[in-house]
Amino acid sequence: MARRENGEINAGSMADIAFLLLIFFLVTTTMDVDSGISRKLPEKSQEKPQDVIVKQKNVLDIVVNRNNLILVEGTDFVDVKDIKKIAMDFIDNGGGIGAPKDGKPGEPCDYCQGAKDPNSSDHPSKAIISLQSARGTTYGMYVSIQNEVEKAYNELRSELAKKLYGTTYSQLLKDYKDNPSESLKAKIDNLKGKYPQIISEPEPLK
Amino acid sequence: MSKFKKKKKGLPAISTASLPDIVFMLLFFFMVSTTMRETDLLIKKPALPVASEVKKLEHKSLVSTIYVGKSKDGKISGDKIQVNDKIIDVKDVPNFIFAERALRKEEEVKFMTTSIKADKEANVGTILDIKEQLRDINALKVSFSTSKGNDISGNF
Repeated sequence: MARRENGEINAGSMADIAFLLLIFFLVTTTMDVDSGISRKLPEKSQEKPQDVIVKQKNVLDIVVNRNNLILVEGTDFVDVKDIKKIAMDFIDNGGGIGAPKDGKPGEPCDYCQGAKDPNSSDHPSKAIISLQSARGTTYGMYVSIQNEVEKAYNELRSELAKKLYGTTYSQLLKDYKDNPSESLKAKIDNLKGKYPQIISEPEPLK
Repeated sequence: MSKFKKKKKGLPAISTASLPDIVFMLLFFFMVSTTMRETDLLIKKPALPVASEVKKLEHKSLVSTIYVGKSKDGKISGDKIQVNDKIIDVKDVPNFIFAERALRKEEEVKFMTTSIKADKEANVGTILDIKEQLRDINALKVSFSTSKGNDISGNF
C-alpha cells in the first residue's frame, strides 16, 4: 500500500465558498418591502357631527356594486381606467369660487386647467370624491379605485408643480426624503393645499 | 509502532487562514436567517392587489400587520382575519392593536401604522369592518398593502 502524503490543506478556495454562500442567500431572500396605499381614517368624535351641507355639483359620486360595476354620478357605467380622467376633470374644473380660507373669502381657482363648467365642481378645495362600495365588492376593485383617485390627485399636483417649480410632484417628494429642507416642505405643502385630497367613504351598500 | 510515529511527524499545522471566512459565512447566515422569519400564515397567502401610487412603509417596527384572506381549508368559506399567529374575529382587532401599542414607547404610539394585507378576492365588507374597529380606538393610520405595478387589470 502506498502511503499518502499529508499535504497542507488548501485554504485558497475557502473565500470563494463563503462568497458563493453569501451570494446564494442574497439572491434567495426577498427583503419584504411593505408598500401600499396609505390612508388616514376620519376621527370619531364623541358628539354627533354636525351635518355639513354640500352642493351636489361639488360631489363626485362613485358607487361600486357587488358585481364590481362602477357607477359615476348615478348615471354612467364606467371602467376603472376612466376614473382617473373623470376625477381629474371634476377636481380641476374650477367653475366657481373656493372655500374661504383663514377668514378670507374664497377666490376663483386661478391655476385650474379645467372646463370651468358651472355644473361641475367649484374649486379643488371644495371638490369631494365620494366612494361608496358594497360589502360584496372585491378588495382588488376597491384598491384599484382608490389607486386611480390617488393617481388623479398626484397628476394634478404634478402638473401644477411643473408650472410653478419646473419639476414633478413625485420628484419633489423624493428630494424631500433625501434631504428634508424647509423650502421643499413649503413647496409640497403648497401643492397639497392647492389640491387637497377630500375623499369620503359613506356606509357600504347592503 | 514505528508507523505511528512517522505519521505524527508528518502532521501538518492546520491553516487558520480560512477562519475569518468561516466566521463571515456564519455571520452572514445569521444575518439573513433572522430577518427571514415571518408570522406563519394560517390563512391562504393573500394575493395582494397591484397599485401604482404606493408609498413605502417606513419605520418597520411601528407597523402592525393584519392579514385577511381565505381559510386554508377549502370547505370554510368567508374571509378570515389573522394577526400574529392566530385567527381572530373582527371584534378582537382593537385588542390586538392595544397589545401592539403596549409593546411600543408611549411617544411612538401616534406614529404607529396598521398595514392591511388582504387578498384581492376578499370582500370590502370585511375591510370596512376592520377600518371601523380601528377608527373606534383611534388607530387612524392605515396602509392597504399592495404590490407595485402599473397593470391593475389583474385586480378584479
